[in-house]
Amino acid sequence: MPSIGRDDVARLADLARIQLTEEEIDRFAGEFDSIMDAVASVSEVASEDVPATSHPIALTNVFREDVVETTLTQEQALAGAPEAQDGRFAVPQILGEE
Amino acid sequence: MTEMIRRSAAAQAAALAAGEASSEELTGAHLDRITAVDGDLNAFLHVNSDEALTVARDVDSRRAAGEKLHPLAGVPIAVKDIVVTEGQPTTAGSKMLEGWIPPYDATLVTKLRTAGLPMLGKTNMDEFAMGSSTESSAYGPTRNPWDRDRIPGGSGGGSAAAVGAYEAPLAIGTDTGGSIRQPGAVTGTVGVKPTYGSVSRYGLIAMASSLDQAGPVTRTVEDSAMLHELIAGHDRHDSTSLTDPVGAFTQAARAKDVTGLRVGVIEELEGEGFAPEVRARFTESLTQLERAGAEIVRVSCPNFTYALGAYYLIMPSEASSNLAKFDGMRFGLRVVPEDHPTAENVMKATRGAGFGDEVKRRILLGTYALSAGYYDAYYGSAQKVRTLVQRDFTTAFEQVDVLASPTAPTVAFRLGEQVDDPTAMYMNDIATIPANLAGVPGISLPSGLAEDGLPAGIQFLAPARADERLYQVGGALEALLEDSWGGPLLAQAPELTGGAHS
Amino acid sequence: MTATDIDLVDYDEAIARFDPVLGIEVHVELGTATKMFDGAPNIFAAEPNTAITPTSLGLPGSLPVVNGAAVEYAIRIGLALNCSIAETCRFARKQYFYPDLTKNFQTSQYDEPIAYEGWVDVELEDGEIIRVEIERAHMEEDAGKNTHVGGATGRIHGATHSQVDYNRAGVPLVEIVTKPIPNTKGRAPEVAAAYVRTLRDIFRTLEVSEAKMERGNVRADINVSLRENAQAELGTRTETKNVNSFRSIERTVRFEISRQAGMLDAGQKIIQETRHFHEDTGGTSSGRPKSDAEDYRYFPEPDLVPVAPSREWVEEIRAGLPELPAARRRRLLGEWGFSDLEMRDVVNADALDLIEATVAAGAGAQSARKWWMGELARIAKDREVDIAALAITPAQVAELQGLVDGSKINDKIAKQVLTKVLDGKGDPAAIVESEGLAVVSDDSVLTGAVDQAIADNPDVVAKIQGGKVQAIGALIGPIMKATRGQADAGRVREIIMEKLGVS
Ligand SMILES: [Mg+2]
Ligand SMILES: [Zn+2]
Repeated sequence: MPSIGRDDVARLADLARIQLTEEEIDRFAGEFDSIMDAVASVSEVASEDVPATSHPIALTNVFREDVVETTLTQEQALAGAPEAQDGRFAVPQILGEE
Repeated sequence: MTEMIRRSAAAQAAALAAGEASSEELTGAHLDRITAVDGDLNAFLHVNSDEALTVARDVDSRRAAGEKLHPLAGVPIAVKDIVVTEGQPTTAGSKMLEGWIPPYDATLVTKLRTAGLPMLGKTNMDEFAMGSSTESSAYGPTRNPWDRDRIPGGSGGGSAAAVGAYEAPLAIGTDTGGSIRQPGAVTGTVGVKPTYGSVSRYGLIAMASSLDQAGPVTRTVEDSAMLHELIAGHDRHDSTSLTDPVGAFTQAARAKDVTGLRVGVIEELEGEGFAPEVRARFTESLTQLERAGAEIVRVSCPNFTYALGAYYLIMPSEASSNLAKFDGMRFGLRVVPEDHPTAENVMKATRGAGFGDEVKRRILLGTYALSAGYYDAYYGSAQKVRTLVQRDFTTAFEQVDVLASPTAPTVAFRLGEQVDDPTAMYMNDIATIPANLAGVPGISLPSGLAEDGLPAGIQFLAPARADERLYQVGGALEALLEDSWGGPLLAQAPELTGGAHS
Repeated sequence: MTATDIDLVDYDEAIARFDPVLGIEVHVELGTATKMFDGAPNIFAAEPNTAITPTSLGLPGSLPVVNGAAVEYAIRIGLALNCSIAETCRFARKQYFYPDLTKNFQTSQYDEPIAYEGWVDVELEDGEIIRVEIERAHMEEDAGKNTHVGGATGRIHGATHSQVDYNRAGVPLVEIVTKPIPNTKGRAPEVAAAYVRTLRDIFRTLEVSEAKMERGNVRADINVSLRENAQAELGTRTETKNVNSFRSIERTVRFEISRQAGMLDAGQKIIQETRHFHEDTGGTSSGRPKSDAEDYRYFPEPDLVPVAPSREWVEEIRAGLPELPAARRRRLLGEWGFSDLEMRDVVNADALDLIEATVAAGAGAQSARKWWMGELARIAKDREVDIAALAITPAQVAELQGLVDGSKINDKIAKQVLTKVLDGKGDPAAIVESEGLAVVSDDSVLTGAVDQAIADNPDVVAKIQGGKVQAIGALIGPIMKATRGQADAGRVREIIMEKLGVS
C-alpha cells in the first residue's frame, strides 16, 4: 500500500472540502499509514471470484408510486438556513462556472 | 415514584394500566431523576420536560376515557440525538448541527408519538455516531453510571447511561458497528441491533447507510422486545426497509425456554484480545444455557478476521459521502472566513470548524478509499470481504440456531485512555462489526461483573429476519443469570448522587 | 484562455483540413408527477422552495426511494433508441461539492446504466439519413437553480452571492450519451442539431416529457474534437455544457471547429475541459478545467437497491410503445402522397401533428397542408408564435375546408373566415352563418346584379357578343364587388352567357 503523506492528506482535505490546520495535517498524515495498514488485509482474501456485496439484505425493484406527498412549506424549508433571501437560500459567491 | 423508576418498562407499563400511577407522575419522576443525576452524567443533550409532560397528560386522559392504548403508552423514552425529531433539537453530537430543529420526524419517532410514549429528550453520543466511547461528542463526554471516570461505550453512550442510571426506562439507539451493543455491555444494560431493514432508517442521520440500524436500549430483554415490536415494520420511505411482518419478539422473550437450542461459540471471537474476566463471564453464561438444555457447539467463522478491516473501509467511505451535505449552505453551522468568502471556502471553513477530529479522520479515510485508483483495492475489496463474512454466517447457521461471543473485549475503559489511539479504539468493535456487515441481528445483555467489578456483556447473533431467536435465548439467559445474582445486575451498581463529580 | 485570444479558422477551411467528431449528451427532464426519489411534485413554476420534501432538500436523515414511473419512462426511451435494457442495474453517487446539489452528490447511474448499446436514425434537411450510435441512457436527478445576485448581468461572473431554489432538485432526468459520431464532415453542426431534434420528437411521441427546449426540459452537452483525417485517432475533445436551442447547438459546433482548428494551427494543444456557449457572441468560453475536482468518487448508492426490470415488464412496455416519428413520417408520406420536400417542410415547421389531426377531422391531406403551411404559417410568422399556439384547432381548419369543398364559400371568403376564427369569433360554419358570408347563388339576387353590370358596361357587352368570351371577366369583377365577394362566380358566368345569348 502506498504511504500517505502530508500532501495526500492536504489533497484529500481539499477534495472533502475540509479546512485543516498544519497541525491537523501533520497528525493525520502520521496516523493514516497505520490505519490503512490495519485495514489492508482485506485485499488478501478479496479475490476475483468473490462477488461484492453492497447491501446486507438483497432486495430489488423497490419503487415508489408516482403520487405527490406532503411537502415542506417555504418557511419550514428555510427555517434552518444560515441565510435566506426572497424565499431562497442565500449562499456565498460561487466561482468556477464561467 | 422513586421506586417505580427502577422497574422495567414492562412493569411500569403494567403499573400505568393498573392505575397505580399516572404517566404524568411517572414521567415527572424520570424528569426529576434527570435533574438530580444528569448534570454529572451528561447522558442528555436536550431535555424537553414540557413536551414529555404534555404527552403524558394526554395519555392519562385517553386512558381515563377508556381508550385502547399501546402497551407502552405513557412509559417515557429517551432518543439518541441522531434521530430527527420535529420540534426538538437534533445535533448528532456535533457543533455542525447546534441549534438545528428538524422540520420532520423520523419514522420511528412517528411510531413512538402515535403509541403515546413521552419523549424525555435527546441523548448524547459520539459525534455523528463515530466512536466507541461517547468522548467525541462536541458537547462533552457521557460518564458511565458504574464509574464516572469511565466511558459508557459508544457511540450510543448517552442512551445506555440514561437507561442504566434510571433516567429513562427505554431508549433508542443506533448501531453501525456496535453502537447499541457495546454501550449495553459496558453499562450493564440490554441493547439490540435488529436485522438490517427491520426498523426504518428514515430520519436517522446517516453514518454508513448499508450498516446503520436503529434499535432498543433497555434494562431487560423483554423491554427490548416490546420496544423493537413498536418501532419495527415496513416503511415506504426507506428503500431498504423489509416488508416482512414484525415478529412476535415479546412472546419469544417471555418463553424462557432454550431446550434443544443450538448455540454456536465463534472461535475467532473468544480468544486473544478479550479480557480474562470478560471471557470467564462469557463461559459461565454458556454453562448456564447448557444446563438449561441448550447445546453448545464450537463454530469457525474464518473471515471474521477481515471484518474489522472491511468495516473501517466501508463505514468511512459511506460516511464521507453521507456527511458531504453538512456544508453550511442549507442548515446548521456556517463559518465565513475573512479571506475570499466564496461558497467553496465557506464550505471548507464550516467543515473545518464544525467537525471534530474523529469525523474529519473518517471523512478523509473514506475520501481516500473511494478516490480514483484506490476504489478497487479498498472499497471494492471490502465489499468482497462482506460477501465472505455473510458466507461464514450462512455456514455457521447451518450448524447452529444462534451464535455467541462476548460483546466487547474489555469492560469500560477510563475516559481519555484511547482518545489518541484510533486503532486501539477501533478494536472495541471487533465482535459487533460482523453482524453489521452481514445485516444479521444481535443482542447484548449483561453476563456479570468482570475486571474492576464492572459489567461485561454477552452477545447473541441470529440469522437475518430471525430476531425472535435473540429474544428467546436472551430472555432465558437473563432469567438464569438473575437467579444466580439474586436480581438484576444493575442493582449492584453504586448509587448515583447528585453531587459534583470528584 | 478566452475566445478572443485565438484566431478562429474560417469554418470551410477548418473542415477542409480537419475531420470533426461529435459526441452528444442529452439530458431530458421526465414529465412524471413527482420527483425521481421523493414525492415532491415535479412542477415547472412554483414559489421557490415549496416543491420539496426533506428528501429533495437533502435534510439530515432523509432517504430516497425510486419513482417507478420514472423507471418505466427510462425504459421507454431506451427501447425507442433501440437499446438493450439492463437485466439489473444500480444507482451510484457522483460526488462533488456545489451549492445547487442538496447532498453534495448527484444520485446517478455510473457503470450500470438502465439502457445501453442502441442507435437512432437522424434525417437531415436534404433527406440524408445518418445513424447515430447510442452508448447508454441512464437515470439521474436534476439539481436546484442558482440565481446570481449583485453582478451586472445576473450571471455568475461578478456576482456577490447567489440564491438557491431547490424546486428543481430531484426532478427525474434521463441522460443519453452517444458514441463518437464520425464522418459528419462539414455537416457536423447540422447533424448535432438534427440529432437533438430527433430525440426531442421521440420524447414527445413517447409522452415522457414535454421536451420544451426553451424551458430546459431538454439540454445538450456538445463534445467536439478534431483529427487530421478520418483514419486518425480521436483528438482531445471539449464539452460545451447545457446548450439549449437547435440554433445554439449548430453555432456551438461551428465555433468549436473553427476555434480548435485555430489552436491546432497555432501549434497549441486542445485542453480537455468544459466550456460554455454564449448566445450574444456565438462563441464558447472555458469553464473549470478538469482537475482533481473531477474525482467523482462514484460508489453504489447504499440507500437504494438494484433495479432489475423483468423481461415481461420490458416486453410489455415495448408492446405499448407508440409509433415513433420516423416510422410515422414514412407511413404518412405514403398515405398523404406528399413529396419528400413537402414532408420535410411540414416536419421542420412542427406541423405534422396538426395536419394529421386536420386530416383525421375530414380534410384532404393536401388541403390541410396548404392551410397550415400557407396562410396559417404566414400568420404565425407575423405574430411571432408557434403555429401550434394559434387560436384555431385542426377540427376548425377541417370544417373551414369542408365549407370550401361544399362550395359554401370560396377561397377568398375562407381566408376572411379564418381570420375571424383566430379572433375568437367562433367556428367557421357559425361565422359564415351569422355574418352572412355564404356564397350567393340565388338567381333572383344574381340576375339583378348581372342586369346592372350589362347596363353599366355596353362596350364590354359588345366585345363579348363580338366573340371575345374571355371579356366576361370584366363583368364578373363589378358583380363580385356588388355582392361583397359572395357571388357564386360559376353561376354568374352562366347567367351572363344566357342573357347575352353566347355559348
Ligand atoms: Mg455531460
Ligand atoms: Zn447527467
